[in-house]
Amino acid sequence: MKLIRKRTVEPTGKFTGLGEAVDRRTFLARSGIALGAATAATMLTPGRVKKVHAASSEARIGPVTIKKSVCTHCSVGCGVVAEVQNGVWTGQEPDFDSPLNLGSHCAKGASVREHGHGERRLKYPMKLVGGKWVRMSWDDAINEVGDGMLNIREESGPDSVYWMGSAKFNNEQAYLFRKFAAMWGTNNVDHQARICHSTTVAGVANTWGYGAMTNSYNDMHNSKAMLFIGSNPAEAHPVSLQHIFRAKENGSKMIVIDPRYTRTAAHADHFVRIRPGSDVAIMWGMLWHIFENGWEDKEYIRQRVYGLDEVREEVKKWTPEETERVTGAPEDVVRTAAQMMAENSPATFVWCMGGTQHTIGNNNTRAYCAFQLALGNIGKSGGGANIFRGHDNVQGATDFCVLSHSLPGYYGLSDGAWKHWSRVWDLEHEWVKGRFHPEQVEGDSGKPTHPMNYRGIPVSRWVDGVLEESIGQSDNIRCMVWAGHAVNSQTRGPEMKKAMSKLDMMVIIDPYPTHAAVMHDRTDGVYLLPACTQFETYGSVTASNRSLQWREKVVEPLFESLPDHTIFYKFARKFGFENELCRNIAVENDEPNIEDITREFNRGMWTIGYTGQSPERLKLHLANKHTFNTTTLKAEGGPCDGDYYGMPWPCWGNPEMNHPGTPVLYDTSKPVAEGGLCFRARFGVEHEGNNILAVDSWPKGSEIQGGHPEFTADLLKQLGWWGELTAEEQALADGKNWKTDLSGGIQRVAIKHGCAPFGNAKARAIVWTFPDRVPIHREPLYTPDRELAAKYPTYEDRKRFYRLPTRYMSIQKDDYSRDFPIIFTSGRLVEYEGGGEESRSNPWLAELQQEMFAEVNPKDANDVGLKDGDMIWIETPEGARIKVKTTITRRVAPGVVFTPFHFGGWYEGEDLVDKYPPGAEPYVRGEACNTAFTYGYDSVTQMQESKVTLCRIKLA
Amino acid sequence: MAKMKFLCDAERCIECNGCVTACKNENEVPWGVNRRRVITLGDGEVGEKSISVACMHCTDAPCSAVCPVDCFYTTDDGIVLHDKDLCIGCGYCFYACPFGAPQYPAEQAFGVRGKMDKCTFCAGGPVDDNSVAEFDKYGANRVSQGKLPLCAEMCSTKALLAGDGDMVADIYRERILKRGDRPQTWGWEKAYGSAV
Repeated sequence: MKLIRKRTVEPTGKFTGLGEAVDRRTFLARSGIALGAATAATMLTPGRVKKVHAASSEARIGPVTIKKSVCTHCSVGCGVVAEVQNGVWTGQEPDFDSPLNLGSHCAKGASVREHGHGERRLKYPMKLVGGKWVRMSWDDAINEVGDGMLNIREESGPDSVYWMGSAKFNNEQAYLFRKFAAMWGTNNVDHQARICHSTTVAGVANTWGYGAMTNSYNDMHNSKAMLFIGSNPAEAHPVSLQHIFRAKENGSKMIVIDPRYTRTAAHADHFVRIRPGSDVAIMWGMLWHIFENGWEDKEYIRQRVYGLDEVREEVKKWTPEETERVTGAPEDVVRTAAQMMAENSPATFVWCMGGTQHTIGNNNTRAYCAFQLALGNIGKSGGGANIFRGHDNVQGATDFCVLSHSLPGYYGLSDGAWKHWSRVWDLEHEWVKGRFHPEQVEGDSGKPTHPMNYRGIPVSRWVDGVLEESIGQSDNIRCMVWAGHAVNSQTRGPEMKKAMSKLDMMVIIDPYPTHAAVMHDRTDGVYLLPACTQFETYGSVTASNRSLQWREKVVEPLFESLPDHTIFYKFARKFGFENELCRNIAVENDEPNIEDITREFNRGMWTIGYTGQSPERLKLHLANKHTFNTTTLKAEGGPCDGDYYGMPWPCWGNPEMNHPGTPVLYDTSKPVAEGGLCFRARFGVEHEGNNILAVDSWPKGSEIQGGHPEFTADLLKQLGWWGELTAEEQALADGKNWKTDLSGGIQRVAIKHGCAPFGNAKARAIVWTFPDRVPIHREPLYTPDRELAAKYPTYEDRKRFYRLPTRYMSIQKDDYSRDFPIIFTSGRLVEYEGGGEESRSNPWLAELQQEMFAEVNPKDANDVGLKDGDMIWIETPEGARIKVKTTITRRVAPGVVFTPFHFGGWYEGEDLVDKYPPGAEPYVRGEACNTAFTYGYDSVTQMQESKVTLCRIKLA
Repeated sequence: MAKMKFLCDAERCIECNGCVTACKNENEVPWGVNRRRVITLGDGEVGEKSISVACMHCTDAPCSAVCPVDCFYTTDDGIVLHDKDLCIGCGYCFYACPFGAPQYPAEQAFGVRGKMDKCTFCAGGPVDDNSVAEFDKYGANRVSQGKLPLCAEMCSTKALLAGDGDMVADIYRERILKRGDRPQTWGWEKAYGSAV
């Protein structure tokens, strides 16, 4: 929408030519005083409010420089246009050229300029000494923290230092961070994806090859029906609604399945309310109608799906009566939803954390996939599994595997994977191995396992890595490093607090102090190191649709903050492996060169095609955003002609091959060279005597017309295509496959013949390597319904799982439902993001949501005797409690209490404002809901159960 | 001359508050003053609707009609602005306004009501365009730079439209036709009954 945009008077500044004193920056300083008065009146004690750090008074006078970046909140990837004068971020304009957001922003995106003020930022390195925050220099901080870590390494081994990374890193930082952890010698490295979409990645990748969003927000324009389950994009991904409404206004049906009547549901054609934790049941209940009426796509299933008959057997049990018994949704409502999806094709399917954060999260995601496969919706424009990711770069940080179970590119932790990356890093495999603790431990399977090949402790369980006695590593975790991570996004507050007091050392690397700085009772051994935001550095970022975008640096790092990659370089130097870390990367003033890092991962990320997106191509896309079609994302003419915006991965081969990126995964209607694909042959060629390669289906133009395994040097030789590799390619490719050939020749030749490098197979609706081969419903550990717990029991306890004992049945066997009769669930608010520290420190956002609250249905409120606005205690079975304000609303069903999860800075009724470093306390603080959330972890990924527990409420 | 109008399409407004923070960002509006806000009716119940509200820049503006010091004026673009040097902060315009647009910052000591502040359609006030004094008192002047109010330019779903009334009407009419339904404008049913 460009309405009547006349030419702007840029590039001169708004105050150009004005000689007189007051500039906008000074105005800021003054309004800071006004703001102080206003906030003091409403929420803060006088004297706490610090004046805005005013830049020089000349800041506003002078030419305007435009810098282009990408919003650092959710994964839509909205373009941000910043106006900078004299190094100060003075204005923010809509990015009308961006095909992803067309100029739009939600509350968060429209307020990112506040990052240039950073009033409540952590301003310099600090440590806690005798309960007081003491300023220190960067050199002292790196030395002191580094010495402490080296001491722990000496005494307990490298696994006792835990490196928590972040979805807020850009791709280059994420890659470097994972490499850094490897060189420290541990797999105890993880990030938010574990507690966000890990069950999606595991479930989806094990169904059809890759674990990412298959289509794009823009491609939803082509959908005829859209189903949202456990997803509330109106609050979590607001700009996506622009694309969703475009489809809806073209006649697409919109269905929302959720325990809450969300802001998204308010715009839906059809709303299905379910009991929290009954996702498999509702999917099988819908599929029951589809199979009953023969609405499935039989030809598609014959060609491209394996194992659906086993699903069909399971679905038979989910009669309308049983579905209603478990989900609470009546037959006609379920049938209507199923029919809408079946009759309006192509139909897309969106899910988010409402579906993933469960002990059976992997079953949920696989049930969603099976549903879409039955309807033949995958691999089609307008269809797909449009999994909306959370943070701005959680897709990228996942792809670079800031994860305890894999090296970048989902290569895993096998010796082969380590050898591949050692080659890319130009290091001896033995040297890398020598960085790890040398002794084998008893692995998850009970067999002796080298720590290098043993998946580390995940985010969700670091507390147990500190507290549990029998764990699969040489010693407990003794030092936690949180680099851009909010601890209030993890469950079990009281135990977390206990773990924090047991640690030797806590290191928080973040633009803000975070909840971790204040929730413990420590008086020493806590370090705060100020990282800058992504607006103070540059590099690439991957949106949910797999498109990479290049960010420019808007302003220099504020105060004494530093970019994450600089901080980790400093640590590498302290530890003595800076040369190995940056063997192919130039370093200037301790800052590793970003473009060199991009080029390094281009040389290694063959599995998922992060190989074609060179810095030069990414910058070309940045400069030519306006040439991309806003529905297809394809450049129409111009310098990027034929490319898809941001070269959504897989962007095969090396950059010179000029692959355009893949806008829709597994879409056989296009040649692979033009972004087409088929399902990946990831699970072998046969299973239990059945062929699992594709039948009568191939990407357009493929010379192999039918299923085939993944490409290797040997396969090329068999096919007689080996001679098409150049001599140099042959030298590098011999004995390798499409994932490990560093020349890219195998991929190039396969694609030249129209074939997908990863083979052509069926998707599988069953996963024989998972605890539940067919996705089945299992009741949550804390369930209100004992009868259903008996009928749909959880798993048996496991002795060792990601190095830790993991409990299931030993919790579910006890009945808590009498004392804790209400289901407790959580979700998002539009104004805040993640743990919320950053957004609660932004006054433009904080003003809009000033208090932590709980949504309570009028029935429950009346039963307990609550009035709207009363303060209540929410108490949960493991003994935790939180104090929050009541909002009485029918948004939640009777028997369900909902709270947002972005608050922090309170602990069990106490405001911890005095524990923050002065001037760095967020404007808004509140009880972290996860303090009260209880035990429970997914059976494949250790995703935490933070969508269902039990609680009771009482007046505070 | 263009006649500037806002229109919020309630079928598209999702209460994301993008317009609110865009306004705060562009005009550096202090905490406690909300030139624009999003109202949600029937919150959490079937039929829930949200709409973004600010000064509507009325043609025959009631605020202007009642102002005892006559501080309001209408620009050639149809934008209703006021002179803070004349304003006495009496609050009478707040009585008259059907939209609750006038705001009063509590910036002085003893909670004295300050000069009235409201949405300027990002068109500044009665001082030199784009001067420091203008920004200080009234906020940005985008209109003089050929731009539209940032709230509408940044709206996440293009629900909030701003610009020349005729063009806004054209865009909205096109949407209605596409939706194939009667207008979903706020208050339609109340005014004309659900059968019309």
